[in-house]
Amino acid sequence: MQISVTINGKQESGEVEPRTLLVEFIRYQLGLTGTHVGCDTSQCGACTIHMNGKSVKACTLLAAQADGQDIQTIEGVAPAAGPLHPMQEAFRDNHGLQCGFCTPGMIMSALAMVERHKGEDLDEQTIREELEGNLCRCTGYHGIVKAIAAGAKAMQGGS
Amino acid sequence: MYAFEYRKAASLDDAQKAFESADDGTYMAGGMTLIPTLKQRLASPSDVIDLDGIDDLRGITVDGDNVIIGAMTCHADVAASADVQKAIPALAHLASLIGDPQVRNRGTLGGSIANNDPAADYPGALVGLGATVHTTNKTVSADEFFTGMFETTLDEGELVTKVSFPIPEKAAYQKFPNPASRYSVVGAFVAKTKDGIRVAITGAGPTVFRVPEMEQALTAAFTADAIADISVPADDLNADLHASAEYRAHLIGVMAKRAVADCS
Ligand SMILES: Cc1cc2nc3c(=O)[nH]c(=O)nc-3n(C[C@H](O)[C@H](O)[C@H](O)COP(=O)(O)OP(=O)(O)OC[C@H]3O[C@@H](n4cnc5c(N)ncnc54)[C@H](O)[C@@H]3O)c2cc1C
Ligand code: FES
Ligand code: FES
Repeated sequence: MQISVTINGKQESGEVEPRTLLVEFIRYQLGLTGTHVGCDTSQCGACTIHMNGKSVKACTLLAAQADGQDIQTIEGVAPAAGPLHPMQEAFRDNHGLQCGFCTPGMIMSALAMVERHKGEDLDEQTIREELEGNLCRCTGYHGIVKAIAAGAKAMQGGS
Repeated sequence: MYAFEYRKAASLDDAQKAFESADDGTYMAGGMTLIPTLKQRLASPSDVIDLDGIDDLRGITVDGDNVIIGAMTCHADVAASADVQKAIPALAHLASLIGDPQVRNRGTLGGSIANNDPAADYPGALVGLGATVHTTNKTVSADEFFTGMFETTLDEGELVTKVSFPIPEKAAYQKFPNPASRYSVVGAFVAKTKDGIRVAITGAGPTVFRVPEMEQALTAAFTADAIADISVPADDLNADLHASAEYRAHLIGVMAKRAVADCS
């Protein structure tokens, strides 16, 4: 079947099987390999993307379900040649990653959480609860939590 | 995943027609249970009928004494709804405890109750509040809807359309979550409703159940102490690597007391 999506602001279409997963379409057909597959069992959040502004696990969606929808992946967060997004910068500054495998999913979850808590204080407890769907095997999370708090501040114009 | 046909239904009628014309069709809400099941090859439907395009199935309304929630409403929308937070804060709280943000953005009320996973949270709220389930064929009380492990009164091709939750005087939900998935190991929903006190337990047994002894004790005195000595036998409870039946029996008391304390 033919599907078409808006991905990172660009219109893309492709031929998929009904059973093709959205993450397979994104990685193998569109070549956007920043979205990772960690578990493939809906647990780890490495595949987190935004669909119509909401964080979702791309390994637990059919490509067919994304037909006509607006998708954002880690590649769309900052311009390829430009500076990093403040949230990405915050991960770099706060040791928010070691191997980096979970990082794209962490950043996509972080951006969704900032959006959901707009105008509120994103405290440590909230960040930890909001990260329930993202696993990291390296960092022990402290750096990630600090990075998200700092990134959220930077996005609100503080520093 | 085995191959299947994907069909997107535009209306309830459309969905049911697609189901009837399929060899072995299945409905899909958010896919949060269905897609993992397909991936593990535990199911091989001929057709997957996506309900996502049926706008009538989505939405939250407060109508007099009831909060009415469409089957396709996702958990995140229930948790964030100002109407639900005001009318039945315990229900918004329960929705906010399901899984993780990504799961709550896709998983739906209808999918959760149609699936009736013994560890699901919503069955606790439906039975705890004495809710009514509306389907394409019938209107049925929550007490009757959930019949066993992964079993409900839904017939082949029948769809849940909405659930009507009576607004209680007070209610609270407390769960002991599985630390990995957040599914309930034991969840207790306690409510003071117009028709009396209800205590519903999810996660512990094959399906949600009420505890009449606790309901009676709480009718006499609505305090956590009133149920301190009531225990539920472990005989018919679930046992798995997360908790033994005896531990679940113990948690029922603890979670129920916490929920009562939370009501005041
Ligand atoms: C990682 C993870 C963690 C989770 N944690 C929790 C948790 O803590 N607590 C909890 O309660 N749940 C939890 N869930 C379950 C989740 O919240 C969903 O409620 C559940 O998976 C159902 O998903 P869905 O609505 O997308 O339905 P689907 O997966 O699309 O469908 C499930 C079943 O219901 C049928 N169905 C769907 N809609 C209807 C309808 N309207 N009428 C008739 N039949 C229908 C489908 O045919 C299918 O058989 C978790 C899931 C995951 C993946
Ligand atoms: S790869 Fe999707 S949740 Fe792990
Ligand atoms: S940095 Fe390696 S998994 Fe998180």
